[in-house]
Amino acid sequence: MFGQPTSPRFRAALAGTLSAGLVFGLAACGGDDSDSGSGTDASAAAIDCAPYTKFGDIKGKTVTIYTGIVTPEDTPHIESYKPFEQCTGATIKYEGDKSFETQVLVRARAGNPPDLAIVPQPGLVKQLVSTGKAVAAPEEVSANVDKFWDKAWKAYTTIDGKFYGAPLGASVKSLVWYSPSEFKDKGYTVPTTLDELKALSDKIAGEGGKPWCAGIASGDATGWPVTDWVEDFVLRTSSPETYDKWVNHEIPFNSPEIATAFDAVGGYLKNDKYVNGGLGDVKSIATTTFQDAGLKILEGQCSLHRQASFYAANFEKGTKVAEDGDVFAFYLPGKDASSKPVLGAGEFVVAFADRPEVKAFQTYLSSDVWANTKAKLSSGWVTANKGLDQANLTNPIDKLAGGILLDPNATFRFDGSDMMPAAVGSDAFWKQSTAWITGQDTKTTVDNIEKAWPK
Amino acid sequence: MLAALLLFAAVMGVILFIAGRFGGKRGDKVVAYLYLLPAVLMLAVGLVYPGLRTIYQSFFDAAGTAFIGFDNYGTIFTDKDQLTVLRNTVFWVVVTPFVATAIGLVYAILVDKSRFESFAKALIFLPMSISFVAAGVIWKFVYEYRPDQGNVKQIGLVNQLIVWLGGKPVQLLIETPLNTFLLIIVMIWIQAGFAMTILSAAIKAIPDDIIEAARLDGVNAWSMFRKITLPSVQPTVVVVLTTIGIGTLKVFDIVRTMTGGNFETSVVANEFYRQTFNADNQGLGAALAVLLFVLVIPIVIYNIRSLRRSEAS
Repeated sequence: MFGQPTSPRFRAALAGTLSAGLVFGLAACGGDDSDSGSGTDASAAAIDCAPYTKFGDIKGKTVTIYTGIVTPEDTPHIESYKPFEQCTGATIKYEGDKSFETQVLVRARAGNPPDLAIVPQPGLVKQLVSTGKAVAAPEEVSANVDKFWDKAWKAYTTIDGKFYGAPLGASVKSLVWYSPSEFKDKGYTVPTTLDELKALSDKIAGEGGKPWCAGIASGDATGWPVTDWVEDFVLRTSSPETYDKWVNHEIPFNSPEIATAFDAVGGYLKNDKYVNGGLGDVKSIATTTFQDAGLKILEGQCSLHRQASFYAANFEKGTKVAEDGDVFAFYLPGKDASSKPVLGAGEFVVAFADRPEVKAFQTYLSSDVWANTKAKLSSGWVTANKGLDQANLTNPIDKLAGGILLDPNATFRFDGSDMMPAAVGSDAFWKQSTAWITGQDTKTTVDNIEKAWPK
Repeated sequence: MLAALLLFAAVMGVILFIAGRFGGKRGDKVVAYLYLLPAVLMLAVGLVYPGLRTIYQSFFDAAGTAFIGFDNYGTIFTDKDQLTVLRNTVFWVVVTPFVATAIGLVYAILVDKSRFESFAKALIFLPMSISFVAAGVIWKFVYEYRPDQGNVKQIGLVNQLIVWLGGKPVQLLIETPLNTFLLIIVMIWIQAGFAMTILSAAIKAIPDDIIEAARLDGVNAWSMFRKITLPSVQPTVVVVLTTIGIGTLKVFDIVRTMTGGNFETSVVANEFYRQTFNADNQGLGAALAVLLFVLVIPIVIYNIRSLRRSEAS
């Protein structure tokens, strides 16, 4: 469910829960509409306006875009729309909402959808298409996606042969956070195979430490970080092909390959020797928020924390996130050094209107021009758009993630729970994984999830 | 907004105009019905229709397309997870109203006419002004767990007390069924103030001459409570009990904030939301909503009847 730019949403969600913030949140909902205007702005780079002239004169027209990306990450988004607004004279109305996932469905079903929605899950795209309100993407967008993305990405939002949404941003989930300075001091090396990762964990445990810290609490989405672990291990203990079959339910959830992956994850997360540095025993994983868990690396309580690229945003200001800094991440190694499966996520732009100005803006968002404009403006953001010049990524973790995403040797797979039906992907898989962490055995867990799969 | 106001004014104008055309005894009735019309219409659109629609939907499958009869209700009463949900709801409804009302009643009697009455009342009433979500967050910190590891310090009040007493910190919110009762405490904390306020007013309404007469007869404190106070405030106690009971059946925010329904703490209201929005199981969600509705009805009826009875006497 959780694509990269959703990270502030998590923080925001936590903040919201952590205070009377919800009350203010409600107030903010009404006032969240940011009109980015079309005035001149120094940060808006000049772009080639030719691709948008064929949509006719759309001066003075308005396009509404609805998303779960809220403050502060909405600013680079709004800024990145300015070149388009300057070119065409159209206005983009940006609306960020923390409860986007449920609200967008409600709005679509009620016949009040936005022009465009930034949807972080292919599963949700499918649900939106099934409301009958979504509009297939125009030719121009389709052409851009063919040109700039790996074809797997196009398949995620192609439903019944029709292509609905161009991918926008992306995140890399197969990452392990660590402290470069600790590794240097203690003479640890970054592992390049799963066996080495295990050996490193044993070594740290042998020295009296707890190698891993983990946390899966996330409000009513509690459990999702486990699903990422399992997905990563299905890719490693089986194969990307098995992964695809599993996600599409061509093999049942309780088939042996999946149970094996669960047990492999259990080797780390349910191992009292390995977890949970500074946070308690195995069960404490269930009640530790995923935002808090990795911070124990900085306190020296644990050495390793598996979490996506967006986790960088959780470290305090002043923490140096770099290869030679306080904290950084390495690629969660494959079974051997030759295979490089990458688990990731991303979001897609789905349209509910086919007016010329909407099409023009969709085209802009699917272009390499937008990707580069956005990369220059933001930190903590990457995309799998092949037109992205990696020199535009300034932040070291973005560079790392961008490098992994655009690595031709990597086998990219989209977050499985985001593609499964909601009853599994955002319910049973989360809930049962949480129960699994607190003691339920693997067999019961996979059996229960299989039972929840819609018939 | 302006359009809505104008529309409202226009509708009212039309109704008042038509009502003005009628006069006499028979006209009164017509006017009364006319005045009722907008409210009835709005109730029909905003309450009756969605209600019927929900009942209708509860007979359909997850996608809301195939008719499956009472299967969703069957699931609620046979599925292991759903039975846990029902069990927890029973815990909530049995414990919360009685404990909260008892605390409120005892407190009201104890502080009655004491020197610090208003201060003491304000103190217990304060939690009432906190939203359920905020209360959940506050109590989550109270129950917070930190391990007995390295030099990690407790930040949760309960676990700090346990440590001071020489025990080991406990992961309170994971222990089933203890966690459900820990959540119930939050509700009691909020509702005791409500019970106290209403009951205190009822106690103050007991005629002084009755109390004086009892005093002259030399009754002790316990008899005063048993024979005078309790019978006098009994109708109010019923109202308070049922009101808290209904509120408890609908409890959602506390569960959602504190555990998200994990660790076997889910209740009907939370489960209904989760099935509808997270699991996208429209049918089961609707069935749970109907169940909640059905559970509330007898309490509401009892509440109305006892109110009528006390008004009649």
